Amino acid sequence: MAEATANGLGQHALHAGHAHEAPAAVAHADQHQEHPIKLYLVVWAWLFILSTCSYLVDYFGLQGYLRWSLILIFMILKAGLIVAVFMHMAWERLALAYAIILPPILVLVFTTMMVFEADYTLFTRLAFFGSGH
Amino acid sequence: MAETLTQIGKTEPRPSGWQGIAADWSSDQRAFKNVSWGKAMMWIFLLSDTFIFGCFLLSYMTARMSTRVPWPNPSEVFALRIGGSDIPLILIAIMTFVLISSSGTMAMAVNFGYRRDRRKTAILMLLTAALGATFVGMQAFEWTKLITEGVRPWGNPWGAAQFGSSFFMITGFHGTHVTIGVIFLIIVARKVWRGDFDTGRRGFFTSRTGRYENVEIMGLYWHFVDLVWVFIFAFFYLW
Repeated sequence: MAEATANGLGQHALHAGHAHEAPAAVAHADQHQEHPIKLYLVVWAWLFILSTCSYLVDYFGLQGYLRWSLILIFMILKAGLIVAVFMHMAWERLALAYAIILPPILVLVFTTMMVFEADYTLFTRLAFFGSGH
Repeated sequence: MAETLTQIGKTEPRPSGWQGIAADWSSDQRAFKNVSWGKAMMWIFLLSDTFIFGCFLLSYMTARMSTRVPWPNPSEVFALRIGGSDIPLILIAIMTFVLISSSGTMAMAVNFGYRRDRRKTAILMLLTAALGATFVGMQAFEWTKLITEGVRPWGNPWGAAQFGSSFFMITGFHGTHVTIGVIFLIIVARKVWRGDFDTGRRGFFTSRTGRYENVEIMGLYWHFVDLVWVFIFAFFYLW
């Protein structure tokens, strides 16, 4: 114990050198992403059901806002299940989850910009090339 | 549950929620406390890949919104004639189920990996690779069919010219990701089968020992490929 105190600084430096291995190994010994197989099978089944639903949207030829909203709902549910359960994001600390999940929201900002840009492009095409072609 | 190792060797519980985020990021140490660097870096790579595919889908949206020429109906373009009648989008639906199934087997492979069940892990990973290869094969069939029907990046018989360029660009990049995934699945499955993660054998390229977490990191990539397909399926094929 006294030796440990005396070497406290040295040990800490040593410890820092192995920071990528030692603490991770310690933390992971009790933090393995171990979940019952049944959970994966249930999610698997749900992904099948949701995919079938989104396929049926096309099969029955639904159109307009009903089609688009159903496609988006099924897409978001599937994506959520994959990220949360299959990729284990539901069990990660929020520091990681938010670092990964929040930045893609910027894509939505970009999308909004490009919706305006595409509208403008279409407008100029119609104005200068007519609706023919 | 989760604990931080302090300088004097005593452990303190880590805060959760918003306080946890602030504490983790401002700890003047590593921000991702209980995640190894391999896993954190895979997540950050996947984040960058999200932006790549996000930009592809955005450019497709912009092209489709800004053209005066009607967009080809994917429901008809990707229909297959089975038993004398056209079934809309059936090949894409089967591809979706194949890829979801491969995600399911991968998730179970990760689980058996942490249980040190080498045989089941390797078999499930090889099954995942086989399903992935099936997916790529079906995509090759789809490409061949469309090319013989006259789809080119600069035009097609049914409508807006941008259909071909968007299609080849998006599905091509996704197929490349699947192919790379299949190759790495086989490599990691071989390591598991041989017991590299138990014996501490060093990798031929990195010359570092691996852990069963490598299976989970491989799984993250594979699930991401499935995740991207969910978005491609929704926006390109169904919209």
